[in-house]
Amino acid sequence: MGNVKRYDNRLGITGWLSGGRWGVERYLYFIHRITGVGILLFFMMHIFESSLRVFGPATWNAAMETLEHPLFKVGEIVVFCGFAFHALNGLRLILIELGLAVGKAEEPIYPYRSSLNTQRPLMVVVMIVCSLLIVAGVYDFFLGQ
Amino acid sequence: MRETAYWTWFIIAGIVLFCLVGLHMMIMHLDGLLGIFNPAGTVSLAWKNVLFRNKSLFFTITYIIMLAAALYHGFYGFRTILFELGLRKATQRFITVFFWIVGIGLFVFGAYAALAAKAMKI
Amino acid sequence: MEKDTPPKCNIIFYIRRFDPEHDEAPWVQQFTVQVERGMTILDGLHQIKETQDSSLAWRFSCRMGVCGSCAMLINGKPTLACNTQILEVTNQTITLAPLPNFAIIKDLVPDLEPLFEKHRYIHPYIKRKDLEEMANPTGEYFQTPQELEKYLQFTYCIKCGACIAACPTMATDRDYLGPTALAQAYRYNTDSRDDGFKARKDMVDVSHGVFNCHYAGECSRVCPKGVDPARAIQLMKRNLVLDYLKLKRHKKPAHALKSSERVEQKPKVSAPPFTVKS
Repeated sequence: MGNVKRYDNRLGITGWLSGGRWGVERYLYFIHRITGVGILLFFMMHIFESSLRVFGPATWNAAMETLEHPLFKVGEIVVFCGFAFHALNGLRLILIELGLAVGKAEEPIYPYRSSLNTQRPLMVVVMIVCSLLIVAGVYDFFLGQ
Repeated sequence: MRETAYWTWFIIAGIVLFCLVGLHMMIMHLDGLLGIFNPAGTVSLAWKNVLFRNKSLFFTITYIIMLAAALYHGFYGFRTILFELGLRKATQRFITVFFWIVGIGLFVFGAYAALAAKAMKI
Repeated sequence: MEKDTPPKCNIIFYIRRFDPEHDEAPWVQQFTVQVERGMTILDGLHQIKETQDSSLAWRFSCRMGVCGSCAMLINGKPTLACNTQILEVTNQTITLAPLPNFAIIKDLVPDLEPLFEKHRYIHPYIKRKDLEEMANPTGEYFQTPQELEKYLQFTYCIKCGACIAACPTMATDRDYLGPTALAQAYRYNTDSRDDGFKARKDMVDVSHGVFNCHYAGECSRVCPKGVDPARAIQLMKRNLVLDYLKLKRHKKPAHALKSSERVEQKPKVSAPPFTVKS
């Protein structure tokens, strides 16, 4: 279409964060990504820390002493909450992305109902279970203190 | 077919992780509430409990399966996020190969640790 | 007696302008529009162009929500300007901007070439092996209403580009095929007259293809025709996985009805006699 100058209007990474007014599922997508990367980074450290058990009880107990530091304790709860969200939302995404929770194609009659409406009950259940697990995890954490 | 294959195994790994890491979380983090697989009291990280799970064949095998599934699922997910940032083809190739190498390396390391823990004389 | 005239109010329009010949970057211009109930954003834009600034540029055509020309960002949501009543979305200000994730040509006009390119890429037409029949048809291709129902929803796409503007993957990934192309690929794969699943499979099962959709659902939320591209994409993933696991039943494409096979036709109704004698 000629050599007219164009202005690149791509949103970039801010499009992941703030593209406008969104639905809930859009925010869940973003949190799912954050928790996924967070759990992966934790996991890298976890492989090394938990393999210390091959060196016997002395090394293990010393390592566990180090991990009693409040920073690690808070990190533990954060990882647990992140996992609870990522696992349950992941379950929801598996059902959706295998076509089991999006419903069948239907003639659009205004006001339009989309797959977002079909999966909404599942989303609500998943969020409720996730909250219960987080409550259980935080409660258990304080039980042990 | 390659992307479908990668993605299908990513989903299967996700289901495996849901079950196994879910169990792992219940043992390790809901130890006060549930107390499962912790025969020596409710502190999951106490040496006696760790030893119990080390020696158990069930745990050794499930730890190795969990390790493989988590590494595959995590690295595939991370690779997807990175690729969506718009990288050159050469960078994409490099990331794929790099993640395979690091993933297999970490798997060998972790699986060795699990087997060595089982074989410990303590 | 004075006829009841609907009350007018002043709405402020903030419009993102960009003139490639003068501007380095887009900037926001403010207009005040006298709005009465029933006016759409498109009517407001016409009023601005006719009475305030004739250099304002945007695309429009049918003004009734079927051509897809006037898609733009209205108060942060990509939708059609002709379909949106001003007083339904605000009582004070409206912010208009061109669709994001497309290059801007001028003011509110996006460069939609990537949308059409990716749409062409997935071969949006019936692909079959019986080329002779397609060139010289002997009968219609037989399709039941149930078979039509399976893909009818996705035929309503008007290629407006709102879904691409809303998609988070499209925000960063230039090469991603996008909801339009992927939903249309599913529409043709599912059409019982089509035999192109194997060919399209290899087009969407690529890096930056269908598996870069993660169901944020924004495309379906903003679609002005209720096409629900998110649903189409997930159903297509299902097809691809079942095909990979060798669990997919491949149906033969619809056959052409020979005249001997035709279903019973309604009896011819005799026309009434002519009323005007010739």
